[in-house]
Amino acid sequence: MNKIEIINLTKVFGEKPQKAVEMLKNGEQKDEILNKTGMTVGVNQVSLSVKPGEIFVIMGLSGSGKSTLIRLINRLIEPTAGEVFIDGQDITKMDKTALIEMRRKKLGMVFQKFGLLPHRSVLNNVAYGLEIQGVKKPEREARAMKIIEDVGLKGYEKSMPNQLSGGMQQRVGLARALTSDTDILLMDEAFSALDPIIRKEMQDELLRLQSKIGKTVLFITHDLDEALKLGDRIAIMKDGVIVQIGTPEEILANPANSYVANFVQDIDRSKVLVASHVMKIPEAVMFYHEGSQEAVRKMEESGSPIIYVVDKEKNYLGLLTIDNAIKAFNENLPLERVLFESALSDPDTPLNDLIGLAANAKYPITVVENGKLMGIISRVSILSGLVLGKNNDRVVVSA
Amino acid sequence: MNYFKLPLEEWTNTFINDWFLPNMSGFFDGISNVFQSFIDMITKLLIAVPPEIIAIILIILAWRISGKGLALFTLVGCLYMGSVGMWEAAMQTVGIMIVSTIVSVFIGVPLGILSETSKGVDKVIRPILDFMQTLPIFVYLIPSILLFGLGGVPAVIATFVFAAPPAVRMTSLGIKQVPAEVVEASKAFGSTTTQLLFKVQLPLAMPAIMAGVNQTIMLSLSMAVVSSMIGAPGLGSSVLRGIATVNVGLGLTAGLAIVVLAIILDRITQSLGQKTKF
Repeated sequence: MNKIEIINLTKVFGEKPQKAVEMLKNGEQKDEILNKTGMTVGVNQVSLSVKPGEIFVIMGLSGSGKSTLIRLINRLIEPTAGEVFIDGQDITKMDKTALIEMRRKKLGMVFQKFGLLPHRSVLNNVAYGLEIQGVKKPEREARAMKIIEDVGLKGYEKSMPNQLSGGMQQRVGLARALTSDTDILLMDEAFSALDPIIRKEMQDELLRLQSKIGKTVLFITHDLDEALKLGDRIAIMKDGVIVQIGTPEEILANPANSYVANFVQDIDRSKVLVASHVMKIPEAVMFYHEGSQEAVRKMEESGSPIIYVVDKEKNYLGLLTIDNAIKAFNENLPLERVLFESALSDPDTPLNDLIGLAANAKYPITVVENGKLMGIISRVSILSGLVLGKNNDRVVVSA
Repeated sequence: MNYFKLPLEEWTNTFINDWFLPNMSGFFDGISNVFQSFIDMITKLLIAVPPEIIAIILIILAWRISGKGLALFTLVGCLYMGSVGMWEAAMQTVGIMIVSTIVSVFIGVPLGILSETSKGVDKVIRPILDFMQTLPIFVYLIPSILLFGLGGVPAVIATFVFAAPPAVRMTSLGIKQVPAEVVEASKAFGSTTTQLLFKVQLPLAMPAIMAGVNQTIMLSLSMAVVSSMIGAPGLGSSVLRGIATVNVGLGLTAGLAIVVLAIILDRITQSLGQKTKF
C-alpha cells in the first residue's frame, strides 16, 4: 500500500473556490481563472503516490504551488477539493481530534525558516512534539537527547536557537521532526536557506539518516540538483500542476515537455547517469567453447577487431583481439591463454566515475552484473551520454 | 444642518433616570462593594506595611530587574515621598492603580487574544476601543459617579475605560507578530489551539503584552488627579487641594511624587518586558 496517496488535490484561494474547481475540471487554466474570477489556483488537481521508505521530491520554482501542496497534506492549509490518504486514511475528511492525532503520530515536518520556538532551548524544542502529546518529562527528554546526539548536536541541548548557526538550527528542526518517530517526514525547502556547503552536508545527513531509519520523505525544493541527488522519484510542478513524475534518470533522459527540458539542460549529467544508461550491445560475442576459428569468423562477419567471450551461463570471461585469435588458431593455443581482461564496471556506477577509467583503458569498459556480461561502454558513449542523455537502445546480449 | 430634531439628551436622561438607575442600581452596588473591598484590602496592606520594607522591596526589584541606576533612583524617590509626608497618599494612589491595572489586564488580555483569534470579535471590539480612548474623560466620569458613588470605585472604572485599550491592542498585536512559521510548526506537530496559545503564542507575545501593561500603569497614574475629582484618595487629591487653595508648594510636592512613582513603575515594567524578549 502507498504511504501517501493524493487524488485530484486542489486548492483555490478566493471567495468562491468551488466555482473555480468546476472551471478547473472543465480544463481551464490558472491564468484564465485568475482573469475571470480573481481567484488564485494554488494546486490544480494533483495526483501522486509515495511509497513507504521512498524519498519523493517535489520540485518547482516559486509560485508553482509546491509549498501549498505540502501544507495540504497535513492540512496546515485546508484543501478545496480532492483526497489525501495517509496509510489508507483520508486526512481531508478527519475531524479536529483525528487530525491532531494524525499529525502527532504520522507526520513530522521540517520548515525552510526552521520554525523553531525561539523561547525554548534546543532540548525543549526537540521534545516539543512529545510534550504536547503528554509524554512525561524524563522520558521525552531522554528520547530527545538521543535524537540530538543522532543529528550531531550533543552539547548544544541547553543552547537557545538564536545562539546557533543556520545549519545547526536546521539540525534542531530535523531532530524535532524525528523525535516524534513519525513514519513520514514532510520537508518544505528544508535546506534552501542554508549555505551551499552546509546544504550539501545536510543532504548527506538526510540520506544517511534515511538509510538508517527508513522514513518516507516528501521533500520540497526549487533546486534541481538537490532533487536529483535526494529523490528516488521526482515530481516537477508548474502553475499548480504536476508536469512530470519519474526517477531522476527518466526525467533527465525523457523530459515530458520543453519546460522540463529547459530545466534539465544545464544539469551535470555525470552525477545522475550511470553505466547502464550509456552501455551498448557488444558487436561481437562468442561462447568460450566455440574456439578460435569461430572467433575469427565472427569478428570478420561483424567487422569488429575484438570479441567478448562468455561461458555457457553467459558469465563474462574476457575479450579477445583479432591478433590474439589468429595467434591462438595458428599456434593451437587454448583461448584462455590469449584472453584479455578489460576494465570492468557495475551497471550502477555513475558516469562520473567511469570517465577516469575510460581515459586509461585501451578497450571499451565492460559492464558486468553478477558476473554476467551486460554491455560495453566506449569513450564515445560516455561523452555522448554526458551531452545527450541516456542511450535508448535496449541492451540484449546474445552470442 | 438643523433638518430634524434628535432628542438624544432627553432620551439618555429618561433612560438613565427612569429605567437604568432604578433597575440596575442593585447590580452596580454589588460590583461597587466588591471593588471597594478589593481597593480597601490592597490600600490597607500597603499602608500597614512599614514604608521601609516597601521601599526595600522596590529597591531590590529595581536593582534585580533593571540595574543599579534605577535602584538608586528608587531609594532617593522613596526618601523624597517619605520626607515630604506623601507616603500614605502615594500608597493610596498605588492601591487604586494596582486594582485598575489588574482589572484592565484581566479583561484586556483575554479580549486581545479573542480579537486576534476571531475576526468577528475583532470587528466588534475595535470600534469600542476607539470609543473608550477618544471619549472625553468627564463624559463617563459623571455616569460612573451615578452608578458607583464617590470614591475609589468610580476612579477604578474610569481608569479602566481609559487604560484598558492598550492592554487589548498590545496583546493582539503581540500575538499577530508571532512568526507564521513558528505557529505552523507548532500546529504541524499536533498542538491543540490551547497548547498553541499557551506554549507558543503567549510566551512570544509577552514583550508586547508587557508593553501594554506598562502603558496601562502609566495611564492609570495619569488619571490620579482626575480621579481625585470624584473623590478618590491619594496624591491626586493633594494636587487638587493645592490647586483649590492656590497652594503652589503643595501642588508641586504632590505632583513630583506622582512623577517619581511613574518613573519607578515605568522603568521596572519596561525592563520586565525586555527580559521576556528573545
